[in-house]
Amino acid sequence: MLTFKQFWHRLGSPKWFYRMSRPWFVAFAVAAGVLLGVGLAWGLAFAPPDYQQGDSFRIIYVHVPAAFLAQSVYIVLGAAGVLLLVWRMKMADMVLETMVPFGLWITALALFTGAVWGRPTWGTWWEFDGRTTSTLVLLFLYFGLYALRQAIPRAETAGRACAVLAIVGTINIPIIKYSVEWWTTLHQGATFTLTEPPAMPPVMWAPLLVNVVGAYCLFAANLIAQLRNAVLRREGGAQWVRDAVAAEAA
Amino acid sequence: MNFESLQAFLAMGGHGPYVWTVYLTTVVLLAVNFAGFRRERRRTIRELRSLHAAAAAHPSPDK
Repeated sequence: MLTFKQFWHRLGSPKWFYRMSRPWFVAFAVAAGVLLGVGLAWGLAFAPPDYQQGDSFRIIYVHVPAAFLAQSVYIVLGAAGVLLLVWRMKMADMVLETMVPFGLWITALALFTGAVWGRPTWGTWWEFDGRTTSTLVLLFLYFGLYALRQAIPRAETAGRACAVLAIVGTINIPIIKYSVEWWTTLHQGATFTLTEPPAMPPVMWAPLLVNVVGAYCLFAANLIAQLRNAVLRREGGAQWVRDAVAAEAA
Repeated sequence: MNFESLQAFLAMGGHGPYVWTVYLTTVVLLAVNFAGFRRERRRTIRELRSLHAAAAAHPSPDK
């Protein structure tokens, strides 16, 4: 078995990562497909309707997992920023470069599903309150990371600039989390907390839990797939990449 | 199944347009994401193949 220290050092080695990561990608992609398929069908057709919101409540099965991921992806980008600035880890720069589009579309999905849920439930598509505004800021941060990368031609400088923006932007994450407690808001409180059982009955939260776990598997599959491609592109000229590409079926 | 008929399933108690918009958007985005795994992978391999072929055709003298 690897010690943690060995594992940590090897994680910084793109070649080692490329060699060991394929089965992990397959496992997470299959798990994501199965869990999200089951969870979405369960939430849409089998879970009971909410006693106040009726069937519009089913939007929760998409909205909450998307909102969880929107924030988690950003935390990972912030952590990658620290790894890049402090340890100059190449893999961290690849994470910062390749995971922005995923964070962007998942945040857009969280905002979109929130708006579509807000219309029948709150009577409005949009309200500039704490939770929605801070999540909109999160979307702009993803746009900012994307634009900053495009704006700086030198890859190393662009990577460092994005790392700084990613780290500074993490201040928004606790603001999103506590926004429903700090300010008066239309938005409901947390569905899942670590300290208390959910207010919903199990028949309602079980499909949500399946989708949340599935969403994190999707995140892992995207992370691994993006990193595998990025490793090949950045190490393009190395002999092991030539061998790997040559061995690939066309 | 929570619904008694297909009509009831589609109507979603009057919230059909909202619920179905969310679920269809999600399914489309997931399909694009999953299709992207293979597409991106192939594109990367293809780019590297042409890069390696170009390098083999014109080897740089100082490398």
